[in-house]
Amino acid sequence: MKDAPGTRDYDWWLLAILATICALGVIEIYSATHGSSLAGMHMKQVRWLAVGFILMFALSRVDYHLILDQAPILYLCGLAALVAVLLIGRTHFGAKRWIPIPALGEFVQVSELVKLIIIVVLARFFAEVSSDELDLRDLIKAGLLVGVPLILILKQPDLGTALVLMPMLAVGAFLAGLKWQHAAAFSLVGVLLVGAVFYPPVSRRILKPYQRERITSFLHPEDDAKGSGYQLLQSKIAVGSGGFWGKGFGNGTQNQLGYIPVRYSDFIMSAWAEEQGFKGVLLALGLYMALLLRLVQNAQRAKDRAGMFLVMGVAAALGFHVLVNVAMVIGAMPVTGIPLPLMSYGGSATLFVFLAIGLVMNVRLRRFVN
Amino acid sequence: MSYWFRNDNRLPQARLAIASYVIVGMVGVLLLGFWKLQVIDSDKYASLAERNRVREIPVIAPRGRMLDRDGRVLVDNRPSFSVLLLRDEPVLVEKYLPAISEGLGISLDDLKDQLSNTKNLPKFQSIIIKPEASPADIAYIESHKSDIPVLEMISVSRRRYLPDGFLSHAAGYVGEVSEQQIEASNGRLRMGDFAGKFGLERQYNDILMGTDGKRRVIVNSIGKEVGPLPTQEAIPGKQIQLSIDLDMQQVAEQSLGARPGAVVALDPRSGEVLAMASHPAIDPNDFAIRISAEEWKKLNDDPERPLLNRAIQAQLAPGSVFKIVMATAMYETKAVPESFSVFCPGYGTFYGRQFKCWVFGKSSHGVVDVHRAVNQSCDVFFYNLGVRLGIDRISYYATKFGLGRKTGIDLPSEEPGLMPSEDWVQRVFHRKWYPGETVSVAVGQGAVITTPLQLARLIGGIASGGVFMQPHMLKDAPNVNEDKFPLSESTIEKITDDMYGVVNSGGTGAALKLQGIEFSGKSGTAQVIGYATRDRFGKQKKFLDNAWFVGYAPRRNPEIVVSVLVQESGKHGGEAAGPVVRDIIKAYYDKKNKKTQGQFTADAKRPEPQRPRVPAAMAASRVALKTEETADTTPANPDREPER
Repeated sequence: MKDAPGTRDYDWWLLAILATICALGVIEIYSATHGSSLAGMHMKQVRWLAVGFILMFALSRVDYHLILDQAPILYLCGLAALVAVLLIGRTHFGAKRWIPIPALGEFVQVSELVKLIIIVVLARFFAEVSSDELDLRDLIKAGLLVGVPLILILKQPDLGTALVLMPMLAVGAFLAGLKWQHAAAFSLVGVLLVGAVFYPPVSRRILKPYQRERITSFLHPEDDAKGSGYQLLQSKIAVGSGGFWGKGFGNGTQNQLGYIPVRYSDFIMSAWAEEQGFKGVLLALGLYMALLLRLVQNAQRAKDRAGMFLVMGVAAALGFHVLVNVAMVIGAMPVTGIPLPLMSYGGSATLFVFLAIGLVMNVRLRRFVN
Repeated sequence: MSYWFRNDNRLPQARLAIASYVIVGMVGVLLLGFWKLQVIDSDKYASLAERNRVREIPVIAPRGRMLDRDGRVLVDNRPSFSVLLLRDEPVLVEKYLPAISEGLGISLDDLKDQLSNTKNLPKFQSIIIKPEASPADIAYIESHKSDIPVLEMISVSRRRYLPDGFLSHAAGYVGEVSEQQIEASNGRLRMGDFAGKFGLERQYNDILMGTDGKRRVIVNSIGKEVGPLPTQEAIPGKQIQLSIDLDMQQVAEQSLGARPGAVVALDPRSGEVLAMASHPAIDPNDFAIRISAEEWKKLNDDPERPLLNRAIQAQLAPGSVFKIVMATAMYETKAVPESFSVFCPGYGTFYGRQFKCWVFGKSSHGVVDVHRAVNQSCDVFFYNLGVRLGIDRISYYATKFGLGRKTGIDLPSEEPGLMPSEDWVQRVFHRKWYPGETVSVAVGQGAVITTPLQLARLIGGIASGGVFMQPHMLKDAPNVNEDKFPLSESTIEKITDDMYGVVNSGGTGAALKLQGIEFSGKSGTAQVIGYATRDRFGKQKKFLDNAWFVGYAPRRNPEIVVSVLVQESGKHGGEAAGPVVRDIIKAYYDKKNKKTQGQFTADAKRPEPQRPRVPAAMAASRVALKTEETADTTPANPDREPER
C-alpha cells in the first residue's frame, strides 16, 4: 500500500461526537437499569463500545477499495448467513435473528452484518455505473440486489432491519443520478405500499399478526392503553411529562418504575427525554444531526465515487435509524424494533454502527491519496 | 487491484447538499414533535405520569357512635376488612382473575359480573369484590401480596347495632349511597360510600359520617407497591348522644314483645324521647354489609311492613284517646256546661243512624257526666258532646294540640296524621261536612288519624298545662321548639283528675294501678273498620281493633309520658297496651328511686300475644338469651312466651 494514513487524518470531530453520544447512552442505560435486576447493564454496553472502537480502527486500516473488490463474495456470504439463520438460528423474542457464535459467547445478529455488506455492495454497484444518470435497467438490478436479502430478512421476521435496506437503496440511487420521473414513480409505489400496510384488508395478507397489531396500536394508542398501544402511550407520557427541563437524572418515574417499555434499548430516547427534558433532547438530536452532517461532509470530500457511496450508505442507514426510532418514541411511528444507534443498549447494533463508522474513517483516511 | 474505480471522482455535490438539508429538516421535524409533547402538552402528560405512579387506596373514616343518655353505647362500629380489586390494569386483572376466584372463593362468573357492572367507572377507581373478608381471605391476600398485585385490603368499620332489631327504627341503618345522595352531597360522597339511609343514621348523617382519607403509594409498572407517599388521614365522624334511655328502651322492646305496634316514651318537660320501639323490627346488622336487591324487595313487600317506624309513621284512628281532646275542649270553651250529662243505653241515634257504645250488648253506662265518661270511656256521652261542640271547635283544639301535622321530631319520614275539618272536606272532596261525621270524630274514629308520637306529645302537653315540647332524639338538644297553648288552671285540674281516675278510680285502666306512683292516662280501642262491615266479613285478624294506651306520671306536670299502640290485638286499650305503658313508667320510677342501673324488666304476667310476629332470627335469639337474663349488656326481648 502506498498510503500510510497518520493519526491526524482521522476525523476527530466525528469521533468526539460519536463518543459524546455513546456517553449519553451509557449514562441513560445506567439510570434506567441501576435500580432493577438489570443493574450493571451500562458496563456491558461499555464493553461493547470498547470492542466497537477497536473494530472501527481495525476496519479503517484496510483500504476500502480492497473491501469493495470483495463485494460479490461478501454478498454471497451474507445471503448464506441469512439462509443459515432461517435454518439453524436461535429463536429469541419470537424471531430467528441470532446465530450462536461460540467464540464470542454472545449471539450475533446476522442481519446487522448484512446491512454492512449491503452498504458495500451498493457502493460498488453504483460506483460502476458509468453514466451520470441512472437508467431503469441499473435501477432494477440494484433493486434485485437489495430485494433478495430483504426478503430473507423479512422471513426471520425482522421488519426493522428490512426497512433499513430501503433508504440505503434510495440514497444510493439518488446520488447515482436517479431520474426525477423514476423518483416520482418510486415515491408513488412507496406511498401505495405504506398505504397498504395501514389499510387492513391488504395488510391482513402481507403482514404478520404482531406487525398488524403494532400498526393498529400506533393508529389508536388510547384504545387499549394496556394492550398493544401501551408502549407508545407510555413512551409519550414519559417524554411529555419530562417537560422542558426534565425530571433529573434517575428521577424519571416512567423510567424508574418501568412504565417505559425496553427503556434501556429501543425506548432509551424516551427515558432520556423524561429525565433530561427538552433541553436534553436538543442536545441529543443536535449531536445526531452533527454526526450525520459530518458524514455528508466526509462524503463530499471523498477521493472517489465509490468512497462517497460508502459514506452515504452509512449516513442513510444511521439517519433512517435515528428517524424511525425517535419518531416512534414520540408516537409518530409504529413500533418497529429499530434501536437508536449508539445510545440503545445492544451488542450487534453497536458493533454495526462502529463498523459502519470504520468504513467512513477508511474513506476519509484516503481522501488525499493519489 | 481493480480498475473500475480509478479516477472516477464525479461527485454529485448538488445532491449531497440536498442530503444535508434533508438531515437538518428531519431533525427539525423531530424536535417539533418533542416540543409539542414536552412544552405544549407537558401538563397533560405530567398528570398521566402521576396517575400511573400513584395509587390511591381509600382510608374509610369510621362513623360516629350513638350513645344513650347515660353514655352507654347503642350503635358503634366493628373493624372489618374489605377486599378491593384494583382495576387500573385490565390486563393484569384478567390474568389474575382465576387465582382470585380460587383464593377468595368467589365464582369466576360473579367476579366477571362485578367487573362488567362497573366497567363505566373510571379505571383508577377500585371496586370492592368482597365486602367482608374472612380471616382466611386476609391470610390469602397477605401471602400473595407480591404475586397478585391487583388485590388490596382496606380496613372498614362496619356498623354494629344492638341485636334483634333493638332500637332499630329510631337508629336506622346505613347503606351504599344512592345517586341522588351523591348529587346532593357536593362531592363529599362517592360511589360505594356508605351513608345513613333511615332513622337517625340518615338524620344526623353529616355529623356521624367522617371524611375518608387516602393512602397513597407509588406503584411500578407491574402494579407492585414500591414506596409510600404522605397519607391523607381519615377524619372520624362525631358521636351523638341520644336522649334514649337504654333501660327504658329495653323495657319497651320487651314489653311490646312480638306484637305489632309501637312505643314512644317522652319527657314532656323537655321533649326528649326516652324510648322508641316499633315492631316487627328488622335487624339492621343483617344488611350492614350489603343487601341484595331481592332481600330488599322482600322486606319492602312484606305485609307486616317491618321497615315502617310505627312510632312516627303509623297513622291510625286514635279511638278513645281522642276523648281527652274532647273533654279538654269542653272545659276550655265552656260552650257546654260541666254539668252536661247524658243517659247511655249502650247506643245513641244521631241523624237517623245508630252509633254504638263500646259496651253495647253487654251493659250500659246509665247516666254519665264528663268525668265518668272519660273514666269509663263512654262513647254515647262523647257522641252528644261532639254534636254540641261541633266540628269547628273540635278541629280547632285538636289542631292546637298538634294533630294533623308533624311533631317535627328529628327523624326522617314522619307522618302528619290527619285532623278533619269542614275546610278539609271542602278542599279535598269538594263537599260539605256531614254532621254525622262529627259523631265519629268525637270518639276518635272517622277520618281522624294520629301517630303514637303525636298522642304522646298531645297527652304530655295537656297534662303539662298546654306546653308542648317538640319531641327530639338528642340529649340536651338546643333550640327545642316549645309550642304553647295555655290551658286554664281549672281545665288542667279537671282533665288531669280525669286521666288519674282512669287508672286509679276504677276506670278502664284500673288494672294498671301502680303503688306510690301517680300513674294517669287514657285508653283507646280503635276500630279498623265499622261494626257493620266487621259483621259482614267476620272476625278476621286484620279487622281486629287496635289497642292504645297513653299514660304518664305524675298526674300534673309529668316527667314521663308513654304512648303505646298494639295493633290488631282485638283487646281493649287498657288490656293490651296499658301494661306496656305501666312497665315503662314503673321502670322509670324504679330507676329514678334506686338510682341504680340494674336490669329493668317487663312484668312477667303479660297478656299473651296473639301470635309471635317477630322474624325468625329474632325469635331464635330469644331462646338463646333465656339463660342470660341478668346480662344487662345484651338488651333483648325477654323469654316470656311459654306458648311458643
